Amino acid sequence: MILFIRYNLRNLRTRRLTTILTGMGMAFVIFVFCSVQMISEGLRQTLVDTGSPDNVIVLRKGSQAEVVSVIERSKAAILETLPEIERAPDGSVLCARELVVLINLYKKDADKPSNVVIRGIGRNSLLLREGVRIVKGRMPLPGSSEIVVGSSISRRFKGLQLGDELRFGLRNWKVVGIMDAGSTGFSSEIWADIDTLMQAFRRPVYSSVVFRLRDRSDFLSVKERIERDPRLNLMAKREVDFYREQSEVMARFLRILGTSLAIVFSAGAIIGAMITMYAQVANRSQEIGTLRALGFRRREILMGFILESVLLSLGGGIVGLLLSSFLQFLEISTLNWQTFSEIAFRLRLSFGIVIKALLFSLLMGILGGLLPAVRAARLRIVDALRLV
Amino acid sequence: MLLLKLLLRNAFRQRLRTVLTVLAITIAILAFGFLRTIIDAWYSGVEASSPARLVTRNAISLTTPLPLSYKDRIKRVRGVRTVSYGQWFGGIYISEKNFFPNFAVEPASYLELYPEYVIPEEQKKAFIKDRKACVVGRKVAEEFGWKIGDTIVLKGTIFPGEWEFVIRAIYRGLTPTTDETQVFFHWDYINEGLKRTFPLRADHVGFFLIGIDDPKRAAEIALEIDGLFKNSLAETLTETEKAFQMGFVAMTEAILITIKIVSIVLIIIILLIVSNTMAMNVRERLSEYATLKALGFHWIHLSLLIYGESIIITMTGAIFGIILTFPSAKIFVDAMGTLLPVFHITKETILLDILIALSVGISSGIAPSLKAINVPVQSALTRVG
Repeated sequence: MILFIRYNLRNLRTRRLTTILTGMGMAFVIFVFCSVQMISEGLRQTLVDTGSPDNVIVLRKGSQAEVVSVIERSKAAILETLPEIERAPDGSVLCARELVVLINLYKKDADKPSNVVIRGIGRNSLLLREGVRIVKGRMPLPGSSEIVVGSSISRRFKGLQLGDELRFGLRNWKVVGIMDAGSTGFSSEIWADIDTLMQAFRRPVYSSVVFRLRDRSDFLSVKERIERDPRLNLMAKREVDFYREQSEVMARFLRILGTSLAIVFSAGAIIGAMITMYAQVANRSQEIGTLRALGFRRREILMGFILESVLLSLGGGIVGLLLSSFLQFLEISTLNWQTFSEIAFRLRLSFGIVIKALLFSLLMGILGGLLPAVRAARLRIVDALRLV
Repeated sequence: MLLLKLLLRNAFRQRLRTVLTVLAITIAILAFGFLRTIIDAWYSGVEASSPARLVTRNAISLTTPLPLSYKDRIKRVRGVRTVSYGQWFGGIYISEKNFFPNFAVEPASYLELYPEYVIPEEQKKAFIKDRKACVVGRKVAEEFGWKIGDTIVLKGTIFPGEWEFVIRAIYRGLTPTTDETQVFFHWDYINEGLKRTFPLRADHVGFFLIGIDDPKRAAEIALEIDGLFKNSLAETLTETEKAFQMGFVAMTEAILITIKIVSIVLIIIILLIVSNTMAMNVRERLSEYATLKALGFHWIHLSLLIYGESIIITMTGAIFGIILTFPSAKIFVDAMGTLLPVFHITKETILLDILIALSVGISSGIAPSLKAINVPVQSALTRVG
């Protein structure tokens, strides 16, 4: 076996140009395959990380995003009396009434506006989001026209540095802090004091109410209580589930796009490998004859050629993987169709994608090498030796 | 003629290899055409927009409404001919999977602004007269098997509740690029419902649609309209319909760029495959080329032979690919249903297909032909395959 691998490797080296051309083709296929999967994974991971498993978000029944949800003050007050809610260190209920509005802001390099989330936050909002840290400046004071800007938004948009002023809702808002929420959706948000924001937008209602459960397992009973209450007409979701659902449409689109591209591209690459391997078999028929005459069996010849094709495709696959791993440094932002707002995320190479890519290139190698290898194995010794 | 015959003979000497290469190009051209058409579909809204229409929306963002009372003030601006208004309804038909755009609009003026939605006169009258009526695109109607007179129920996501509509009209697009997947109904009907459930939200619209006399004055009129509402509670942003639609495209630009990069990678892959085939072909025939050289043929003849061969291979693949694009696009469109509003293969796409095949053919001939030209006759003749 070792002997065969060395023989294969030498062969690949001798026909360098052909090997490189075919391997590069494979590498590009794997690169495209990985990059689309990485976009989808990055988006999913970002939204999943945004939610926290202990938190529950309450919205108006039937609304799919916070922007279109409406919760009246009286209903929010009812929610706050739920006994299952955790207490904050200062003794208050660990619950936040929030308002989400979208505003148009301009990216540094674009002349078209993007939709950015402005979240009106209550006293406990920051406590509820453990991943969010203030890296520069401070939180807005209650009742003031001050905002804190997510790090990713601050980097990519015009006029959102510490100390800048932003005008919307008929007043100027001063950026008093920059918050970093890692790779979660909150890095793409701007936070302001809820009462000021409600005033500015003349909206007397909240969008959502978020609270933390004292005990995670209480969720089902709390959910049932909220959804059964005829006064409320609201629905409750675990925060993780809520954010995961927001990535679904986009992730599905990317998955379909990625899979169909992978199929088409791999068809091309398999054909490329087949062309190369057929040529190898034709050129080396004398070698094959010699090997057979030396006593190697048909099965071994078959395996040998498949192995060569697999080595070729795996090599290409690894190069493709290496190339795509650099994409992890790339941060892209797009409109999430479900929330109609801007979300920034990093491409992510998960272990699953690596395995899938390797399996995929293995499969391409086997499929591309199978038919030529069969031809090689079928050659009769006499014919093979006579062929020129 | 003799040359062409020789080229064809050469190209199909290694029949299996050539067939495989042609197949690879066919697949690639097919995929490239598809990707191009998907990108075109992205821009379909932009393409379909008219320079004589302006869109006014809330300056804060599209999700913030404007008071209906603005309509009369906009109408007074010089150069404004028609003002219509509407609201993205975002209703769900049975399940979220059945997506189609649906809007609540002011029916008479809206249809006046959109002559590209072709509706038979009596259907149009029936739609305008009945407050519960809706008009649906031909494609959605086919997708869900709707007929005129059917009642459909949409579940509101922005406007809570279940809303019933009666189909009174079906529209067709004036051109193949007109979106035939939309559903429109009366804004009044939704507003009446809101007055009962959410009186605060009633009498507000998502956007005003403005028809103007002279497209050249669009910028001027837009500024004048925005000036009317400066420093009010709901400031407006007016832009041409094209710019408005471009805004949507720009928001999902990242995905668009991905698709564009992928289609470039696709070209590189076929370039690699064809280069490989040509490299192998020429390497095997090196002694023949040496013979030709020994007989006194010039480098021009050799290059003609090699470039001609690779171009024949790529063009054959391209022709098959282009021919196959049409039936497979039809299958694709039927499978996607209303998810894809417009899927129309343009002349430019086909032209681009041919251009790519040609340039791949030429560039994959470069290295092999140089090799054939430069190889010393003696060493090529003594060389063993």
